Amino acid sequence: MSAKFENRDLVIPGDVLFEGRIRTGDNTFRSNGNVSASRIGLVNYNRGMVSVISLEAGFNPLSGDLVIGEVIDIDLGRWLVDIGTSENAYLNVQDAIDAPFRSDIVMPEILDVGETIIAKIVDMDRRRTPILSILGPGLGKVKEGFIFRITPSKIPRLIGKKGSMVNMILKATGCNVVIGQNGRILIQGRNRENEMIVVKVIEKIEREAHISGLTTRVQEYLKELKEEIK
Amino acid sequence: MSKKSKRTKKRYDGRKPDELRPLKIESGVLPHADGSAYIEMGRNKILVGVFGPREMHPKRFSKPNMATLRCRYHMAPFSVDPRRSPAPSRRDNEISMVMRYALEPAVFLERYPRSVIDVYAEILEADGGTRTACINAASVALVDAGIPVRDLVASCAAGKIDGQLVLDLGDYEDKEGDADVPLAYMPKTEQVTLLQMDGILSQEDFNGCVDMAIEGCKQVYEVQREALKKKYGLEEAEAN
Amino acid sequence: MSRNVGIASRLKRNKITEVVASGKRMDGRDLLDYREVKVETGVLEKVEGSAEAYLGKTRVLVGVKFGKGFPFEDTPDKGVLMTNAEFTPIAHATFEPGPPDERSIELARVVDRGLRSAEILDMKKLCLVKGKSVIMVHVDIYVLSYDGNLIDCSALAAIAALKTAKMPVYTVKDEVAKLTKKTKAVKLQKEPLAVSIVKIGDSLLVDPSVDEEEVMDARITVTLDEKGNVCTIQKTGSVGFTRDELKTAVQIAAEKTEELRKNI
Repeated sequence: MSAKFENRDLVIPGDVLFEGRIRTGDNTFRSNGNVSASRIGLVNYNRGMVSVISLEAGFNPLSGDLVIGEVIDIDLGRWLVDIGTSENAYLNVQDAIDAPFRSDIVMPEILDVGETIIAKIVDMDRRRTPILSILGPGLGKVKEGFIFRITPSKIPRLIGKKGSMVNMILKATGCNVVIGQNGRILIQGRNRENEMIVVKVIEKIEREAHISGLTTRVQEYLKELKEEIK
Repeated sequence: MSKKSKRTKKRYDGRKPDELRPLKIESGVLPHADGSAYIEMGRNKILVGVFGPREMHPKRFSKPNMATLRCRYHMAPFSVDPRRSPAPSRRDNEISMVMRYALEPAVFLERYPRSVIDVYAEILEADGGTRTACINAASVALVDAGIPVRDLVASCAAGKIDGQLVLDLGDYEDKEGDADVPLAYMPKTEQVTLLQMDGILSQEDFNGCVDMAIEGCKQVYEVQREALKKKYGLEEAEAN
Repeated sequence: MSRNVGIASRLKRNKITEVVASGKRMDGRDLLDYREVKVETGVLEKVEGSAEAYLGKTRVLVGVKFGKGFPFEDTPDKGVLMTNAEFTPIAHATFEPGPPDERSIELARVVDRGLRSAEILDMKKLCLVKGKSVIMVHVDIYVLSYDGNLIDCSALAAIAALKTAKMPVYTVKDEVAKLTKKTKAVKLQKEPLAVSIVKIGDSLLVDPSVDEEEVMDARITVTLDEKGNVCTIQKTGSVGFTRDELKTAVQIAAEKTEELRKNI
């Protein structure tokens, strides 16, 4: 019964993380009485559980996730939305407008192909296709700003503990930032210079997410960038 | 037979019988692919891009309870001399299938029902053993894409020429030798996922080739690991 | 070969139009700035000439191969130049494997016309036996990464590859051409380069990124040789250019080809 690595070591899929029985977390699997990694990342031994914080992964949709998506098709009574999952998500009419169904609803007038939405995953249907809703505070059609994309597994690092990282960026740049769990970030700034600072900082976080001391480095980087635009 | 091969002969490029060609692998080299890798194995130069899991079209070909792994082996017209047509040949199709057989056992396909994982290998320059080089790069690219796998898949070929068993055949040995035995192997799981053979060998020599190829795969595996780790190591160096 | 890209995101179109109208691009460039240009020659070994060109993250590999073949019926004393382009599926998520689609054919033809109109080589010198055998020049454009502006990148890589290529030498006896072991350096008569200019709203930009190409109203590609002569023009897109815009575009292209030329 033993851990084969040190906490936060970089592990490759196939690496045996633990010999013997232990609770398994994300990005691990059991095989031959051992626990191995299924993705590349940093191994985490914590409270009787072993998991891997993956450095590269697509978006794994969970009920309750806030996501940013683009409408790619209109079906009968629902829109097909690209949120970066292996299957596109659905947004039904009753989850988009707070009114009973009327036969004269013209769907493209509510939401057309090519429009961007902030939505919540409210359910996964029998076939594990995500079902969205745009009813609720902060949700709905996006009219301004632009979308920047990063690897979904780096989103927690961008948010930081209790939003500490993203709040630091908001304060320094005065931009409004909405972070989708699916790796898509909506940026709305008062001017281009500040918007570009946000982009540069997010890029840095994505590159260095796995290296400790990131918060300090980001703080200094923000200071540098703000100096440049003065 | 085996006593004779103790007197090892130098190969066409001066290598020892159990020596791999120079091998270089880089991961994360294509900005628009979900995962990617570049490999130079001897004079082979191959780029692999992975996309997915994503929606499969047409939907009727998708599998209800697992993802489809779709591999494509494609040679650039200037990858060989004389120049070849860019249109896929029967050999290209066979190797595409072979890549799939080698990689499928490693991938957790059941996690992504009805979707497709596309693995595209572009051969920029070919010099014998392209299928093994493709598998090596594809395995790294799959991990780079964040697709969950049980293990990496390493691949290498062994054969016989001039009376001795040799590892990692170059183009000349491929054409002039007695046999070519490409093999793919999951090193931690210790399973062979691909085994083919062309030529004629005694049973003893065949087993010798299999053993030799597995040892070759273990060496390739170390290079694959380094390639994956290197991407993060560089960032670490730059940050500090 | 490319999936139906569909309608561009409205948000993207609005934002890019707004930023461009203020004289800048999303990545911070000025309207007439190129991204980082990098050209490497001699990158492949089984070819007679090769070059890899990068414009930002757009990456194109060109291989030049020579062979012996039949001339075209109407030009029995001239060598044959053939340009082919492949949009490999590794270059972008929307590129699908398969036979060339209209976009890759357009790319091949625009680059080809640039090489042909400029008369980069004296094709008569490539004749071995009139009416029977001539030297064939194959220029294969391989798109490895698509981040916008494939034409300029491909034309740049093609010229760099041709310029540094080694042509085979044949001896002709009794109307039979035999390959010798000798090669000779290719000497180009002209070096045409392409500059693509994109119109978004009322602004003209060079070196479009993939997003800018998605939302552009129109594009014009101007190919000029080193003397500043216009060799080829290609206009695409559903919106027109005014007469003044065309004049400006050619001026911009003339300036920019000189900048690009420093890389080859």
